[in-house]
Parts: sequence; C-alpha cells; structure tokens
Amino acid sequence: MDIRPILSTLRRHKFTASLLIMQIALTCAIICNAIFLIGQRIERMDIASGIAEHELVYVNLAYIGSRPDAMARAAADIAALKEIAGVKSVTLTNQIPFGGSSSNMGIRADLMPQKDTINAAQYLGEDLLSTLGVQLVAGRDFRPEEYRDITDVFAALGKGDLNAVPKQALVTRAVAERLWPGQNPLGKQIYVGQGIPLTVIGVTAQLVRPNQFGEGAQYSVINPIRVSITQGAVYVIRCAPQDREQVLKTALAKLKGLDPNRLVLDKGTVDHLRRDYFQDDRAMAGILVGVCLALLIVTALGIVGLASFWVAQRNRSIGVRRALGATRNNILHYFQTENFLLTTIGIALGMVMAYGINLFLIVHYELPRMPAFYFPVGAGLLWLIGQAAVLGPALRAAAVPPVVATRSV
Amino acid sequence: MLTYYFDLALRSLKRNRALTALMVLAIALGIGASMTTLTVLHVLSGDPLPGRSGSIYYPQLDPLDMKDYTPGIEPPEQLTWTDGMYLLHSKRATRQALMTGGMVPLQPTQSSIDPFQAVALYTSTDFFPMFGVPFQYGTGWSEAEDNGKARVVVITSALNDKLFGGKNSVGQILRLQESAFRIVGVLGDWHPNPHFYEWYMGRYASDEDVYLPLTTSRDLLMEHDGSTDCWGNGGGDPDHLETNNCTWLQFWVQLDSPASAAAYRDFLMHYSQDQRTAGRFMRPPNIRLRTMMQWLDYIKVVPSDTVLQTWLALGFLAVCLINTVGLMLAKFMRRSGELSVRRALGASQRAVFGQLLMESGVIGIAGGLSGWMLALLGLWLVRQQPANYAKLAHMDVTMLLMTFALAVSASLLAGLLPAWRACRITPALQLKGN
Repeated sequence: MDIRPILSTLRRHKFTASLLIMQIALTCAIICNAIFLIGQRIERMDIASGIAEHELVYVNLAYIGSRPDAMARAAADIAALKEIAGVKSVTLTNQIPFGGSSSNMGIRADLMPQKDTINAAQYLGEDLLSTLGVQLVAGRDFRPEEYRDITDVFAALGKGDLNAVPKQALVTRAVAERLWPGQNPLGKQIYVGQGIPLTVIGVTAQLVRPNQFGEGAQYSVINPIRVSITQGAVYVIRCAPQDREQVLKTALAKLKGLDPNRLVLDKGTVDHLRRDYFQDDRAMAGILVGVCLALLIVTALGIVGLASFWVAQRNRSIGVRRALGATRNNILHYFQTENFLLTTIGIALGMVMAYGINLFLIVHYELPRMPAFYFPVGAGLLWLIGQAAVLGPALRAAAVPPVVATRSV
Repeated sequence: MLTYYFDLALRSLKRNRALTALMVLAIALGIGASMTTLTVLHVLSGDPLPGRSGSIYYPQLDPLDMKDYTPGIEPPEQLTWTDGMYLLHSKRATRQALMTGGMVPLQPTQSSIDPFQAVALYTSTDFFPMFGVPFQYGTGWSEAEDNGKARVVVITSALNDKLFGGKNSVGQILRLQESAFRIVGVLGDWHPNPHFYEWYMGRYASDEDVYLPLTTSRDLLMEHDGSTDCWGNGGGDPDHLETNNCTWLQFWVQLDSPASAAAYRDFLMHYSQDQRTAGRFMRPPNIRLRTMMQWLDYIKVVPSDTVLQTWLALGFLAVCLINTVGLMLAKFMRRSGELSVRRALGASQRAVFGQLLMESGVIGIAGGLSGWMLALLGLWLVRQQPANYAKLAHMDVTMLLMTFALAVSASLLAGLLPAWRACRITPALQLKGN
C-alpha cells in the first residue's frame, strides 16, 4: 500500500498527529519500564529460600525479668519441644529467613587484603541444617562436640582468646563459588573479623539470608554456636505441613509451662513470615500493573476518539474515494496503516525515552539495566492496542457509501 | 456573555457525551493519581519539628579501623558508648542528648492487663527540652537522675490512658523488667514524623511507650534494639556494649547559631585528632555535622518506592493531559467549518477563542474537581496499605491548595492549547473547502 497519501494527510494535521505520537511514546516508555519493574518485584518475591518453608513454625520469646541460666534454659526448652507429637526437629537460631533483624559479617578468602570480600549472613544454632531443611551438597554437618555456647565465645573474644572460638564453618554454594570459583571449597579457610581463620567443612545448597538480598541473596555462613533467647534468638520447629497449627499451639503451652516469666514476641509459620516480608513488593507490583492498564486504556480510548474524529471529518473524501473505485478494504487498510505509522513513530520515540528513564532509575534506584527484550514487549503491546483501537472507527469508515460524495456537507 | 459561552460549551459537550466523559475521566485520573502520591511524598518528607529543626544537628565520628578505609568515606551512622558519653558530658552545645531504642517487658499492676513488651527510648535529660516535647503532667528527669541511674520513667499519653485511664499518674510506680520505676512525667500530644531521632525502630508512626535514662537501661542490662555495628574481633556481646568496638548510639545536639555550629565542628575535629594521637582512632579525623533535615535526606528516610510512585503518577498525568489536548483539538478542528462561518459573520478571533476556552475549561475544571475526589479516595486506599507510614496519609491545607493549583494549571493547559490552535484557522480557506 502506498503510504504517501497518508503522509500528506497527516501533514495537514501535524499538531494533532504529533500529540498522538507523544502520547504513544510516553505510554510506551512508561510501560516498558513498569513491566521491567514488575518483573524485578516478581523475581524478588520468587527468591528461593533453600529451607523447608511449608514445614516450619517459629516462636520468638523474651524474658520479663532478670535472666536465669539462659543457655541451660534453652537446652531444656529444646528437649521439651522435641517431645511434642509430630515434631521432627527443633533449633534455636539467631535469625530466620524473612525475619526482621539480621546478623551479618564480612568474610574473605585471603588473610592479606584489608577489604572484606563479601558480606554474608551469619547463622548460628544447633541442628540448623536438619531443622530448616537446608541441603548439604558436599562435606559434612557439624559434629555435636563442635558446638560452643555463645556466652563462652563472647567471653573468650572479650579476653582476646581465639582458641574457644569454633573453627568450623558451613558455607552456601554461592559463597564457595564467589570465593573459590571452580575449586573444591572443602578444607579452604575463610577469614572473619581481624583475621580469625575458619575452615570450610561443608557446602550447602541454597540458604537465603534473612533480608538485605541486594548484598548477595544466597551469601550465608553457618557457625557451630549455640544461642539463647536473650540474644533475640528464635525457636524454629519442623513438622508436617498439616500439623503446624497444632504443634505451634502445643509448643506455646509447653514453653509457657517451662517458664511463665516470658513474653511471646512473635509466632507463626514461615509461610506467613514470607508473605509479610514481601507485602510491600506485592503492593508495588499491583500498583504498577494498575498504572499499566490505566495507561493502555487511556491511550486506546484516545486513539479511538481521534480516529473517530478523523473518519467523520473525512467522510466526504472517503465517499469520493469509494465512488472513484476504492474498495471497502482499501479504506479499512488506509486507516489501519495510518494508525500503524503513527504508533511506529511513537514507539520509536518511546524506546529512546524508555532507555532514558531506565538510565534515571539505574542512577537513583540502583536498578539493573533493562534487558533488551522488554523493548519489543512494550512495542508489541502498543501496536496491538493501536490496531484494536482503530478497528472500530476504520470499519465505520469502510462502511461509508460512495453516494456521500454527491452530497454536500 | 460568559453565561452564553457556558451555554454554548455545554451544548457542544453534550453532543459527544462519551467523549466528554472520556476527557474528564482522563484528567481526573491523572490528577487523582498525582495528588495521592504527592500528598504521601509531602507527608513523608515533612519537617518533624517545624521552627526548631534548623538548630538541631547530628554529629558523627569515625572510630573504625583502617580496614575498608578510603578517603572521603562516610563515618558510621552511630556513636560508640565511649565517644557518645564524652560528647554528652563535654556539654559543648546548648543542649545534647544521647539515645537508643529498645523493647522492655512491662508488667502492669492491674491484673486485667497482661504483661507486654513496651517500646522504650533510653536517653538523657536534654531530650525533652531540646526537641520541645510537651508534657501533660510532670516533667522529664534531671541530670542528677541520669548520673544516679535513677529508676524514673516518662510515659506517653497513650500508655497513660491504657494503664491509668488518663489520670495524672506522676508518682505512680511502673514495673519494667521486674524493676520498680517512678513515673515523673506524662507526655502530651507528640508524634514527630519522620521519627527522626531514632530511625532503626521505625521511621514513621513509631511512637515509644516509655522514656527512661540511658544509664539506667545499661545498669539493668535492658535490651537495646536497632542497629549494632561492630568492627575488629570484639563481637557484639549485648552485655558489654560499653567497652566493645561497636557503634549503637544516636546523638543529637542543639546549636543556635552558625558560629556555634562551626565551633562544634572544630570541637569534633580536635576530639578526633586527640583520639588518633592517643591511638584509639585509626583513621584520619572524619567527622560530619549535619542539620536534621540534611540528616533525614542522607539516610533517605522517604521510601524509594514512594518517590517512584510519584514519578509514575506524574508520567501518567502527562499522558492523560496529552490525550485530552489531542482529543479536544481534534474536536475543535472538526468544527472548523462552523467556526469559519462564525468568523465570516463577524465573530472576532478573541470571541471564538473565548468560546473554545470555555468549553475546554469546563472539561479541565470538572476533571480537576473529580481528580481531587479521586485523590481523597486514593489516600483512603493508601491508608489501607500495610506500610507503617500508611496511616499518616492525609491531605493537609498545603496539599489542598496544591491540588487546586495543579487542577487549574492542568485544565488551563488542556484548554488553552486547543483553543489557541483552533481559533487560528483562516475562515476564507475553510469556507472555500466546503
């Protein structure tokens, strides 16, 4: 189809046409970036935790008054919790994935460089792997005799005595691959603090850090150190998914019976914890989807309105064309092509703007560069919307009878 | 004449009801979305202490070792116990207060209320006068009580209502972590937002329940929450935070003139140099002295999602406006025949412009008004969101005026442009064409 007549018509409506092009360009630019942002949020919410999320409940306690022998209390609590029917395993850990607080440390593969290579979450607690359901992919778990009480470790560190600090560590595969790419990490040393050496005795599959995913979501290290609830530690209990509610209820009653002088700060399932953790992301993704839909609808209605006007305005010339032998299809294609041209120019402009907006987001929101495939997605959407919107007015134009040519306005 | 124009506009708008509705809706949606997000942004980036914030400063020191040091690096956000106590006791500012947040178990004497975790702020005497905290009953505590680790507590009016039915509870006993505290004051209505002085426990809508001396909290080893950042081999043993290499305290000072601010900066510099000479500090003196609003800006107190939503809404408004201008223009141009007839019959360009402007202005104002209502609905929706700042999202006078300004300028823009374009047609050419 010859597009020259279309171009010459548009030249007579330069201002209106350029407004439509601007609108399509802006819509395209915003939608490309919004879809990219939605993708980012979904990716974030889909993060693999590496733990048996559906089988875990947790209880977070605090003492009301002075603390009795907290470490012994913790051991008694754990023993009691293990006796509950349906409980597979129990741990008292310093932090839990998707929990509010986190304990992190800088680790490096070399003693020399004075810069921390990576920042990793530091998980503590006995039977952590089996309770959380973290998979061991190489090496071994800690032996019972390797565990130390955190109170002893603190006391030793306070005196500068490094011998009482347990020297074994488990790292995630992500840490191992970052520190020793392509090598066997077992037996390798990692250094923490001012150069305390720890030996890697095992490598786990995924174990997500509690939060701050931007620093390397799977950067986690486990140390064989027992904690007590005075350090804000959390009881995590593993059981079958259908038993969770009952186990949690029994556990709370048992813990209260063992020492009534405590408050329950928080309790629930890890599923719930995860849902709460990402609620802001879910809300933001919802808003972005809403904005995209609203933009597409407004733009589509704008195209419908504009096309309707043009069809009505050119009623007579359409009649003349029909009288001179143009088929209905010729008229239909004319308006479809016109819309395609306008949309294409708009999309081309929109791509440039989308790239600009992405650059702005990279600088101000530390977002990654938008992958190229988001551009055709936005373009395709707008072409589709444009063609769908113009179809009605174009069909109306095609239905104009040739006899109109003989009538005056 | 204006009523005639108005009548003309209404007739024209009625002829294309669907289109009119579309244009009004587009403007309304754009303005509604923009005003909702701008209001949230305005609330979140507000000044928590109007009239006072200019003389409140947040000093920072850098006690870290040379690991990860690069010149120009930002010092840690908080102070160590040693530095915080030194700065507090030096009293080089008009007023100064050292603080951190925490959770403390509270056992009401009334058996009807279960024990619960109260949100606490551990601070020092100047906290109340420096931030202009109003009291309903009683006062804050004295410096002597700070030094004496006294068991005194100031409670909020919300807690006073809950425990004492709103009566004057000064002199009553409150049991915190199994110790008896004497209530010395009950706060009045005080809810600064952002929660600037302690931002780790929550940046918005996070009022404390109780305030007590920092020294007392350490004496009783009360739990400190928020952020503890340690370096070296020390570890973060919560029972020995005073001697560990950890930063965990926030320090605010009141400096009434630029000269005293400069003097305080010198003081921080000299202290850093002295500490470095003494071998306690490793790094070259690295200090900051930001005003409160600079500090809030530095810690990026406004959630980045909120800023992003504002940009998104403004982009949406732009699309909606362009859409309306385009439609309006197309509509006017379609009537160029009619307009030329009127021009040929003697209507001046001004009169035609006025008539068209009235038509587009009606659309703009209707859109603006509906937009304002949509913004109220939008803010209501925001308040249903889970975020902690959500319940603060209310429109105030400033934002009301701004909505009005935005609506008027949006409608003018949407009205002027098409009217101006359409009234420039040359009647002769158009008439000939027909």
